[in-house]
Amino acid sequence: MDSAIRTRGLRKIYNSAPPAGAVRGDASAARGKRNKEPKPQIVALDGIDLDVAPGEIFGLLGPNGAGKSTTVGILTTRVRPTGGTAWISGHDVWQDQTAAKRQIGVVAQRPNLDFSLTAREILVFHGAYFGLSSRERTERANALLDRFQLTDRADQLVRGFSGGMMQRVSIARAMMHDPQVLFLDEPSVGLDPQTRLLLWEIIREYNRKGRTILLTTHNMEEADSLCQQLAIIDHGRIIASGTPSGLKASIPGGFVLRLRFGRHSSPLLERLATLPGVTEVRPSPDAGVDLYAGRGGSLIPEIVNAAAAFGVELSDVHISEPSLENLFLHHTGRSLRE
Amino acid sequence: MNGKTFLALLARDAHVARRNLVPLLFQTFLQPLLFVFIFGRVMVGSGYMPAAYKSLLLPGIMAISMVFTGIWAVAMPLIGEFQFTREIEDRLLAPIAISWVAVEKVIAGLVQAIVAGLVVIPLAWIILRPGLELHMANPVLFVCITLLVAIFSACGGLALGCSVDQQHIGLMFSMVLTPMIFFGCTYYPWSALGKFPILQKLVLINPLAYASEGLRATLVPQFPHLSLPLILAALAAFDILLFVVGLRQFHKKAVS
Repeated sequence: MDSAIRTRGLRKIYNSAPPAGAVRGDASAARGKRNKEPKPQIVALDGIDLDVAPGEIFGLLGPNGAGKSTTVGILTTRVRPTGGTAWISGHDVWQDQTAAKRQIGVVAQRPNLDFSLTAREILVFHGAYFGLSSRERTERANALLDRFQLTDRADQLVRGFSGGMMQRVSIARAMMHDPQVLFLDEPSVGLDPQTRLLLWEIIREYNRKGRTILLTTHNMEEADSLCQQLAIIDHGRIIASGTPSGLKASIPGGFVLRLRFGRHSSPLLERLATLPGVTEVRPSPDAGVDLYAGRGGSLIPEIVNAAAAFGVELSDVHISEPSLENLFLHHTGRSLRE
Repeated sequence: MNGKTFLALLARDAHVARRNLVPLLFQTFLQPLLFVFIFGRVMVGSGYMPAAYKSLLLPGIMAISMVFTGIWAVAMPLIGEFQFTREIEDRLLAPIAISWVAVEKVIAGLVQAIVAGLVVIPLAWIILRPGLELHMANPVLFVCITLLVAIFSACGGLALGCSVDQQHIGLMFSMVLTPMIFFGCTYYPWSALGKFPILQKLVLINPLAYASEGLRATLVPQFPHLSLPLILAALAAFDILLFVVGLRQFHKKAVS
């Protein structure tokens, strides 16, 4: 059986134009033709391989600018890949765009609703684009408006909607033609906690119908509770993938203690590595140390004692329990929120 | 191509046009009719212009109405929909090749341009009569020219709409559209530029000049006009050129 989503060696390099006005005017005229200079290139994706099985909720987790939206852009035919290939249910998304588009529903990061229409018309016309009969369109639109708690505002132009309401209309629209694969790019950004829970419930419900869902997020909790498979992406590369629990179990120790000392001391680092339960010691900038360990708070007295023995003062401690956040930190040396 | 999807895209544009009908009517007809009234009625009535000017003016006004309606109907929504809100995205994601989304915009625009052109004739006739002398000798030729002008305006709208950013709309009017009208042989026949030989050659790069002269040739052939084969060939060439350029720009905007 075909993967719902498959990519091989996906690369994207953006040739960004120089900033407007930067190369215009007398300066460039005086120096003659300067437009032969190579444009700055931004590598957004650097060889992404993904396999998403049908019926899976798959999460792409990474910080802003990691390449999540570019990946979704290519998979949804909106971005031309520089290299590599992507398939949706066996259809090459670049060579066979129309067939791929039939399979997918897309919720973009920013609301891109048709502002000339009402919420109901957006759903009904979307259904019409996908060839639904007039009866199917009306019935599905009504059901979705109801499910997304939009019935009272259904016949108003979406121009005046709040961000959260627009987001709900976007998701309802993406589900309107009952696509096999649903893409949600940062679906819960800007939603209040209540709407977020409604969204999660709707995503799980849609998944129970056997549909595949790919969502991007930088929210650990969302990735952890919603996704069955995850890929962690950073600087256009996948740095780890697996189930949320499998990924968390792969971090040495599980706990991370981010420590900061008054000054750097190599003997202290060696001493810390010998403390019971500590699996890895990594120095970080500004006399900091990341300690991967099988326990958390109970290590503190021993750390303080060890530091005192070397005449170093402990100035800051942050303890985090086993989480995907720690996994990201382990692989990149950076926090997801940095 | 996927017919159902294409018709649904057209239905969406028709629905939005219907919703904005009143502003659309003002936008399309107010300016040409004011022009007809002042130049055709006031200036002629007071003796500053000869009576024949009425008949000379009408094809030019029809050309302006068509070209502006077509350009406006295609370019303005596209400029807005390709901005950061990316309103057009749901249509780009419809199960149809994205070139057809551009073609649909062109068809919707050319229908509006044809309606604008055909409505201006009776409206202007009401304002200008008596003394308006229209002689449509060859209706087939009139249909051909009207169609070519409508296609040119809608394709021009596609090319402009996909090349101009929202902050440059004002510039588009003052730098492109206004000179196009004044050097488009709209208020005067091309032969009237005989005393300005360089200008007379230069205006031939303006597609609106062929539109005005073409409509003049079919509606008021009693006035001097460019030769019909030249008009037809030039209009067809501009149609093709603007469509190709517009389609290319549309793809550039649609796919990053």
